[in-house]
Amino acid sequence: MSNTNPASGGWHANVRRQTVRLAYWTLAWVVTMAIATFGPQFVWSQGSALTPIAIAINLLIGFGMIWANKEHLRSLDEMQQRIQLEAMGIALGVGLVVGLAYSNLDISNLISADAEISYLVIVVALTYLASVFIGTRKYR
Amino acid sequence: MKNRLKVLRAERDWTQAQLAERLEVSRQTVNAIEKGKFDPSLPLAFKAARLFDMPIEEIFQGE
Repeated sequence: MSNTNPASGGWHANVRRQTVRLAYWTLAWVVTMAIATFGPQFVWSQGSALTPIAIAINLLIGFGMIWANKEHLRSLDEMQQRIQLEAMGIALGVGLVVGLAYSNLDISNLISADAEISYLVIVVALTYLASVFIGTRKYR
Repeated sequence: MKNRLKVLRAERDWTQAQLAERLEVSRQTVNAIEKGKFDPSLPLAFKAARLFDMPIEEIFQGE
């Protein structure tokens, strides 16, 4: 069931707080990802020590985002958790199946371009979003 | 599973949002339970029973 701190002003306030916290962690992760990706191309030289530092910071913030996401999920009620569970299960499955099929297409040279991880991330993200949307409508 | 949540809520003149606040769930979850689209867990069902001061089987009935 829901995870509420009685001293925090109620369940709804806790959900709002955890959602805002997750949004800040996600924003920080996106910004540090952009710095780690574009920094070596546009801001500093490729061989600079800033590159591994930027990647390490991005990695640490990424773990923070995972923790914030876990806390956000714990703050949701049981129906919201079920919607999230189903969406994450579908997104994981699609990511695995499509990702490996995409890799096989690349290995067997059935596609001309090299397989890019970013395409897989887009597929997983869109699948997750669509699954949450459908799940929310199902219980409406 | 059938339930009398909507009737009990109406008797007290509560909105779905007010009931959701008392049960510590979202308004959407209250709506889904009332419509029979989502079956609550046993802890949530007991929480509703305590809130309405009724035995659990008078609120929720298996179909």
